[in-house]
Amino acid sequence: MTIFTDIGRYLLMIKGMFSKPENGRMYWKEFIHQCTEIGFGSLGIVAIISVFIGAVSTIQTAYQLVSPLIPPSTIAQIVRDTVILEFAPTLVCIVLAGVAGSRIASELGNMRVSEQIDALEIMGINTKTYLILPKIAAALLMIPLLVVIAMALGIWGGRLAGTASGILSGTIYDKGLLEFFVPYNVFFALTKAYVFAFIISSVPAFYGYYVKGGALEIGRASTKAVVVSCILILFADYILSALLLPTS
Amino acid sequence: MIEVKNIKKSFGDKTVIQDVSAVMKSGQCNLIIGSSGSGKTVLMKCIVGLFEPDAGQVLYHGQDFTAMNSDEKTEVRKEIGMLFQGSALFDSLTVEQNIMFPLSMFTKWTTKKKLDRVNEVLTRVNLTGVNKKFPAELSGGMKKRVALARAIVLNPKYLFCDEPNSGLDPQTSLVIDKLIQEITIEYNITTVINTHDMNSVMEIGNYILYMYQGNKEWEGTNREIIFSKNERLNEFIFASQFLQDAKDMRMLEESGKISNDRNMDELMDKDAPSLIPPPDE
Repeated sequence: MTIFTDIGRYLLMIKGMFSKPENGRMYWKEFIHQCTEIGFGSLGIVAIISVFIGAVSTIQTAYQLVSPLIPPSTIAQIVRDTVILEFAPTLVCIVLAGVAGSRIASELGNMRVSEQIDALEIMGINTKTYLILPKIAAALLMIPLLVVIAMALGIWGGRLAGTASGILSGTIYDKGLLEFFVPYNVFFALTKAYVFAFIISSVPAFYGYYVKGGALEIGRASTKAVVVSCILILFADYILSALLLPTS
Repeated sequence: MIEVKNIKKSFGDKTVIQDVSAVMKSGQCNLIIGSSGSGKTVLMKCIVGLFEPDAGQVLYHGQDFTAMNSDEKTEVRKEIGMLFQGSALFDSLTVEQNIMFPLSMFTKWTTKKKLDRVNEVLTRVNLTGVNKKFPAELSGGMKKRVALARAIVLNPKYLFCDEPNSGLDPQTSLVIDKLIQEITIEYNITTVINTHDMNSVMEIGNYILYMYQGNKEWEGTNREIIFSKNERLNEFIFASQFLQDAKDMRMLEESGKISNDRNMDELMDKDAPSLIPPPDE
């Protein structure tokens, strides 16, 4: 029963977010602040993960492609498609669920426990609109951007590892990148990024906003938010792949 | 003026407020007192709309707050200031930004005008030179003053204070009480204070509502409370042996068995020397 109660409250929270802002400038300021926190705050970890994922993909693909009949440029194709289709959107978003999601849950949880949300309510501010909507809007803007950056850095990381270890030359890698490129894959990756961005921002916001208790409960809510977000991301990944990727 | 009519509130099977009514007038400090778990915080949250009462009405200057839609409630809330038990200052904002927040949200004033107003209310609560400090850098008493400054920055008609003295030493408590009382009179605000601090009750309690297990057990003024015959109230206010002795002394004095030059009226006289130390925090 709790799961249905939670889903109901989550939907009501989403519905409650949409009201006229009391002051557009203040909401804009909060939106920009959240863009900075979610976007620039996560850029470092996203960059590091992307480069290494691309690098490891190149080495492991080369390790598995033992047939001399397969040209080395195939490695670049595989790395490109793996990074675009799965690693950049899914893996990066799972990491972001930990980085940005836990921050959102603990920030809102702390505000709830220390009565800051009540203080905003008393002032006549719709706290769902002021506190949650800018976070979701910022995530929807910044996370797809981070995913695009992750794609580029992942592919570059693959090139770097390939040339550094002598697996293939930069020219062959670049040639491979352009072979059999399907632009739809980028559209699919960005669709996933938008869905995951909504999950990463709204689920932790829900757990943080409705937290009850003290510091211990904030920690629990933060952990639960990350776990639930990760599960939902993987579930959504499967559903979107089944729906949007033609398999026959 | 705030009128509370037959408010009831339950959480699941547990009834927390049972049929409570009260009239809280403008320009005076209205105190809700009672032991922990008596329902005073829930009653206050029902009055300000943080909890929806199960039955009854809350009237703000005759307007039924409980029957209002969310937009109408928002309009009333713009006239409410609240001082929270833990101050509820925004951690990431400086003192100046905290106080300026309601001004930025609800007015179109220039930055200079907003800053002037911030400095005006900070001076009013006897706090200067802390504009750029963050809440974590302030003492408990200073946080309460900043929270009070934020609560009054929009010139509210109604001021709610949830245990304003909790966590403060007796001297600072008196300073905060005195400030709240002065602001209430100066701006003719309807102030509602939730407390179990007997110093506050005796200092500023123009109207006192005593709650016991979710019911209104007694109501009156700070002059009447000391002579109340209500046993539960007496148990609450004379929980301290010192106060009990003081009351016994007063009774003996009244019956003529002992004499004391200083009588209660003299102690309660507004011209009597104040126990409140000058603000120096």
